[in-house]
Amino acid sequence: MALAKIITITGKAVPVPGADMDTDRIIPARFLKCITFDELAGTMFYDERFNADGSSKGHPIDAPQHKGASIILGGENFGCGSSREHAPQCIKRSGIRAVVAVSFAEIFFGNSSGIGLPCVCASPEDVQRAMDITTQNPDTEWRVDLETMTLGCPGTSIPLHMPEEPRAALMQGRWDAVAELMNAQEAVERLAATLPRATCN
Amino acid sequence: MGKTLYRKVWEAHSAGILPDGRTQLFIDTMYLHEVTSPQAFAMLRELGLPVLHPERLFAVPDHIIPTDDQTEPYADPRAATMLTELRRNCRDNNIRLFDLPSGQQGIVHMVGPELGISQPGMTIVCGDSHTATHGAVGAVAMGIGTTQVRDVLATQTLAMSPLKVRAVRVEGRLKPGVTAKDVALHIIHRLGADGGLGYAYEFGGSVIRDMEMDGRLTVCNLAIEGAARRGYINPDEKTFEYLKGRPYAPKGAEWDAAVARWKAIASDADAEYDDIVTIDANDIEPTVTWGISPDMSIGINGTIPAPEDAADDETRKARAAALEYMKLQAGQPIKGLPVDVVFIGSCTNGRISDFRAVAPLLKGRHVAEGIRALAVPGSQMTARQCEEEGIADTFRAAGFEWRLPGCSMCLAMNPDRLVGDQVCASTSNRNFKGRQGSPTGRTLLMSPVMAAAAAVTGRVSDAREVFPSIVSNS
Repeated sequence: MALAKIITITGKAVPVPGADMDTDRIIPARFLKCITFDELAGTMFYDERFNADGSSKGHPIDAPQHKGASIILGGENFGCGSSREHAPQCIKRSGIRAVVAVSFAEIFFGNSSGIGLPCVCASPEDVQRAMDITTQNPDTEWRVDLETMTLGCPGTSIPLHMPEEPRAALMQGRWDAVAELMNAQEAVERLAATLPRATCN
Repeated sequence: MGKTLYRKVWEAHSAGILPDGRTQLFIDTMYLHEVTSPQAFAMLRELGLPVLHPERLFAVPDHIIPTDDQTEPYADPRAATMLTELRRNCRDNNIRLFDLPSGQQGIVHMVGPELGISQPGMTIVCGDSHTATHGAVGAVAMGIGTTQVRDVLATQTLAMSPLKVRAVRVEGRLKPGVTAKDVALHIIHRLGADGGLGYAYEFGGSVIRDMEMDGRLTVCNLAIEGAARRGYINPDEKTFEYLKGRPYAPKGAEWDAAVARWKAIASDADAEYDDIVTIDANDIEPTVTWGISPDMSIGINGTIPAPEDAADDETRKARAAALEYMKLQAGQPIKGLPVDVVFIGSCTNGRISDFRAVAPLLKGRHVAEGIRALAVPGSQMTARQCEEEGIADTFRAAGFEWRLPGCSMCLAMNPDRLVGDQVCASTSNRNFKGRQGSPTGRTLLMSPVMAAAAAVTGRVSDAREVFPSIVSNS
């Protein structure tokens, strides 16, 4: 299974400001009733974007100037809450290729890395600066570079950080772990034989 | 220096180091439910892979199950499809399913400990963030995503990096009317909704040692609301007492060997921690959330904080957004706030001891006029106990809707939902915007006895004042 090496992501950005952007806001529970992830495009941040009658709340994602954005700019503890992989799946299936935020909740971060959606951190000041630049000039072309760990646009370079293991996995095209996990089946079986399991006698 | 339970379990389950530096961690037990597993089985089929260790997997439907009428087919065809998929995947792969007619169905985090499947020293995962609940028995338990569910189905292992360990010690004695839920909400408030990023929480101290298992399960259940993906409590005599005789617990000679093993897995007295936080039990009040993140809470006699008093800009903005959504004013007392709905249940507070604590208080009392009150036992086993002990009848006589086991109004994937901007006094775990099914619904998290006080008064109330026996009987 050859996976894409994810090293740079380029494109317009869209701000999704606010701390603790939880998974219920990223995708409300009523959209979770699906047996594959294929139907999730368009559901991201649904109740943040639309009123009950379907009219727009004027969220940046729906602003014409941010249309086609491939990078989300977010706040602290982005993706907190539920373990629902529907959250990064709906983001990715809505055309987003990277999320830059102040910090990420761990389950969301792991789920995103595992499906090849890089989540990279920047300081609160730098995220705010990027949001300001993109708000003033929505056509700004950003470049998330995992090699140099920077978020850049002409005239600006913002330092990024993320843990080394997922960074390596993304850059080397090994972000989906299943093939490597299967390589060690003998060692796993030896270990399994030593570890008790719950049984009903 | 000694080792923590977390480190001992990690080392015992490490099958090796992957090329990217992560550990290949063996998973003893995986729980499956209908919302986050069908996609994983679909991925597995696409890869043409079998389920490697079905005997280490246990499945139960909970999120989408109606709690009033469970006659099939369900009114919601999408819910019916999810249940059908779970049944098919379990049947095709020889996985134990605690289905509705089994008498053992319930919320996955209720069922695992109740049946004795979750045991000390195990690695336990589930596609559900509240999986840390099982850490209360001394397991290393965590929520995972669906792609990781697939990884475990295929290999019984996960690619993982170890976390740091923070000892969270609650010392002293809880005041009357202060419960495990208040302890958990207080910890989240103190350390922040993102305070646990990068950490596993080891809960300890005299309050945790004195706490019964059901309370410990509540505390670990809420670890994730403080951003700690894993929370655990060292196994002790209370743990062993709880597990003994449960259907899946070891029996006979195996029991003694297991207890010896479990004692050895607890953190050493001189274990090294990455951080230690001590909390004084005296500082913990019956706690209520007022905002849209579980760390936005105050004691029952407190007032709602003002955005301008926040220490930083981010908190100021978050508070302002929360006040706007909740339609509350800074400086307003939380006590006296009218509620519309009361929900007692969920994997946080749907246990037998929760209902046992509330039932005596409801005797001779009635739910206030105009209030909708739901009581939803977390499992069929708990529901049976409540019937046998007369608890269910007490709730019914007091005007509660006594419902069938399921996740119910915790997350609105079933028919139980708020309507419009209703205010709900809820014993569940999340007060996120829209969490209880209405995009404008408002959730106030609190303990079961506090929710009962709100039910009989129709307002957020101090349970110690509404039910003086809480104080006099302590």
